[in-house]
Amino acid sequence: MLHKSINGADDRYNVVVIGSGLGGLTSANRLARSGHSVLLLEHHHQLGGLATWFKRKGHIFDVSLHGFPHGMVKTCRKYWNRDIMESIVQLKNIVFDNPQFSLTTTFDRQDFTSILVNRFKISQATINDFFNTVASMNFYDDQSMSTRELFEKFFPGRDDVHRLLMEPITYANGSTLDDPAITYGIVFSNFMNKGVFTFRGGTDHLIGMMAKELVDNGVNICKNSKVDRIVIEAGKVRGVLVGDRFIEADSVVSNSGILNTIYDLAGKEFFPVEFLDKVKTVRVNTSSCQVYIGIKKEESIADIGDLLFVSTAEKFSSDELLDMHTRSRTFSLYYPKTRPDHNRYTVVASMNGKFDDWNRLNTNEYESEKQDMIDRTLVDLERYIPDVRQKIDWLEAATPKTIHRYTLHTKGTSFGTKFEGLDISRSIFKAIPGLFHVGSVGIIMSGWLGAINYGVIVANDVDGYIRSI
Amino acid sequence: MTIDEIREVILEIIRDIDDEADLDNLNSGEALRDQLDLDSMDFLDIVMELRKRYQIQIPEEDYPQLATLDSCVNYLMPRLKAA
Repeated sequence: MLHKSINGADDRYNVVVIGSGLGGLTSANRLARSGHSVLLLEHHHQLGGLATWFKRKGHIFDVSLHGFPHGMVKTCRKYWNRDIMESIVQLKNIVFDNPQFSLTTTFDRQDFTSILVNRFKISQATINDFFNTVASMNFYDDQSMSTRELFEKFFPGRDDVHRLLMEPITYANGSTLDDPAITYGIVFSNFMNKGVFTFRGGTDHLIGMMAKELVDNGVNICKNSKVDRIVIEAGKVRGVLVGDRFIEADSVVSNSGILNTIYDLAGKEFFPVEFLDKVKTVRVNTSSCQVYIGIKKEESIADIGDLLFVSTAEKFSSDELLDMHTRSRTFSLYYPKTRPDHNRYTVVASMNGKFDDWNRLNTNEYESEKQDMIDRTLVDLERYIPDVRQKIDWLEAATPKTIHRYTLHTKGTSFGTKFEGLDISRSIFKAIPGLFHVGSVGIIMSGWLGAINYGVIVANDVDGYIRSI
Repeated sequence: MTIDEIREVILEIIRDIDDEADLDNLNSGEALRDQLDLDSMDFLDIVMELRKRYQIQIPEEDYPQLATLDSCVNYLMPRLKAA
């Protein structure tokens, strides 16, 4: 059942899932299908976590539906259902436009190879060697090589090639040239396989289908239900506290941020010192800014591509992308084909961002920086749609502070943690039996596909635990 | 369970994961991964399904022992004898 408050919850479950991001939703679904009683709690009035949308003046804005890898087809078929899988469609026009190069690609290995050979004059042998190297990278490999070193090894001094290879991944998961090469290899290989895909019907349609599937599988869902504490007794999970309601559970899966889970929900006093020492080294990843642009009902815009990576910065640098006044952004275009029964055009511009840059501003400065960001975005968009200004009837900006407000994540991170967070997330149940974490961690478990697959991996751990007690 | 029954259980689980898998021409001594379109997530599904059906816990360090159909059978035989 789907409830609007905690009043819909029973007193006892095998599993309580805190948070309904894609990882939490998937863990809940998997565990219910495996025969466990599951309660899913969400603090917000809408499910989805950062896989979210909002409505303004007849527009529906997708916050994080920008494109995911082909692997999502198989993942949705296996862990959700055929209807969800069949809503996946390809985005065929991915555009790069910056002072170093302008091109359109289908974003698959074949097309990228031909671009690298013909435009960038890289030898076929080097490209094959590079693709095979990144494809064979896995989690257990040496982590000492950085992505910067990987690029220098294969494409020395070619910062144009580095830009082509790195820019999309930075937007996808917040990683930089200084992160471990294996995180790049794993994510890039996923993406480069067969192109970029999206959900026809939009985020609201997807989350609606997922909620239905959860209810069909017997998951009890309570929205507007913020967990105050994970209750731990005698070193083990006992349940959760939601206001004055105690709900007993054999296990708790937190889809809250990993640091929120340890410091705020569980309480650090319950963890061994050696574990906490490792937690202290975890760096939360960066956050994002967005500008939402709604086109008037009677207007249309030309097809300028589905996903545009644009920049007026001469050279690529991770610092430039993260700068508050970055000249680099992506435009996600939502034509009527996105939502076939909703005949509107919207554009969402996304930039990387740092929480502290925005958090230190006073109210006036904050509003004025937001307005400046909107203005810079429109100047950029006009280069592709010259008359766009007169077609717009809604403009709004979000910052890392906005993301913090809706997700409650430490420093508003939109990409979880850096690599070291994965080990903490994977081993938390060894520190406190019955406590599990799912969510964006370690760069590789990030993005829509990473979050869903990680939900399956954690569900397997939870299932093993419950069946062993 | 007999060797043949265990083999059939594994094939049935793989069929549930991928209904288009070509199981008729499978070489049981060769890695499943190289012959079928199986990835690490699929192996996790096999582990979870075996736990659900027969309550056997397969620790992560034992996953490599599920590489081929023969090695699966060898690994599961003592664990499923009574099933």
